[in-house]
Amino acid sequence: MVQQVTYPRLRALLDGDAQLVEVLPEAEYAEEHLPGAINIPLKTLDAASAAQLDKTKAVVVYCWDGL
Amino acid sequence: MSPRAACRLDTLGFEHVYDYMPGKVDWLARGLSREGEKATEPRAVDFADRDVVTCHLGDRIGSIRARVEASPYGFAFVTTDGGILLGRLRKAAVDADPDVTAEAVLEPGPSTVRADTSPARLRERLERSGLKTAVISDPDGRLLGIVRRADLPTDE
Repeated sequence: MVQQVTYPRLRALLDGDAQLVEVLPEAEYAEEHLPGAINIPLKTLDAASAAQLDKTKAVVVYCWDGL
Repeated sequence: MSPRAACRLDTLGFEHVYDYMPGKVDWLARGLSREGEKATEPRAVDFADRDVVTCHLGDRIGSIRARVEASPYGFAFVTTDGGILLGRLRKAAVDADPDVTAEAVLEPGPSTVRADTSPARLRERLERSGLKTAVISDPDGRLLGIVRRADLPTDE
């Protein structure tokens, strides 16, 4: 079940132990990203790339503006 | 893009998936810290003075005047308890009847700029408009501070 969140909820999740994932291409991630975020571009998102994430913890994904 | 990524993680068996849909643009517009190659580039918010005079709708002008006179700006901002910017009190309003409320004399909806605006671009905009200051707010409309044109660099 996916939940959409805005900044206040994101803040609370990050204050916990949520994992933050930027799904934009690598070059955009390299330029600028949220502190602590890892990069898994959407085009590479599969079981293998997602294996670096802990399934027992919350995962927050983001891109540029949700589109 | 992020909705599809969130959905994909859901299909991969992740049980606690959240999509921060406002995304990086929202985060940057709040003036929050960031990492990466461009993280050291200055933003408008880096030049902001956050120590500005604020008051609430029901405050009497007489209770605000002394603070405005002691500030370098000659105006005040009207905000909610949560810091959302509602209006500006210009010098003429602050010098008016001390018994009227801020709500009665405020200038509603002052223009604001985003925290991550390029300082050089903001300086150009202010020069074109003949303005000496810009007000910075976050995407929720929360007042972050004031930037003086004179403090902004001319080149990036």
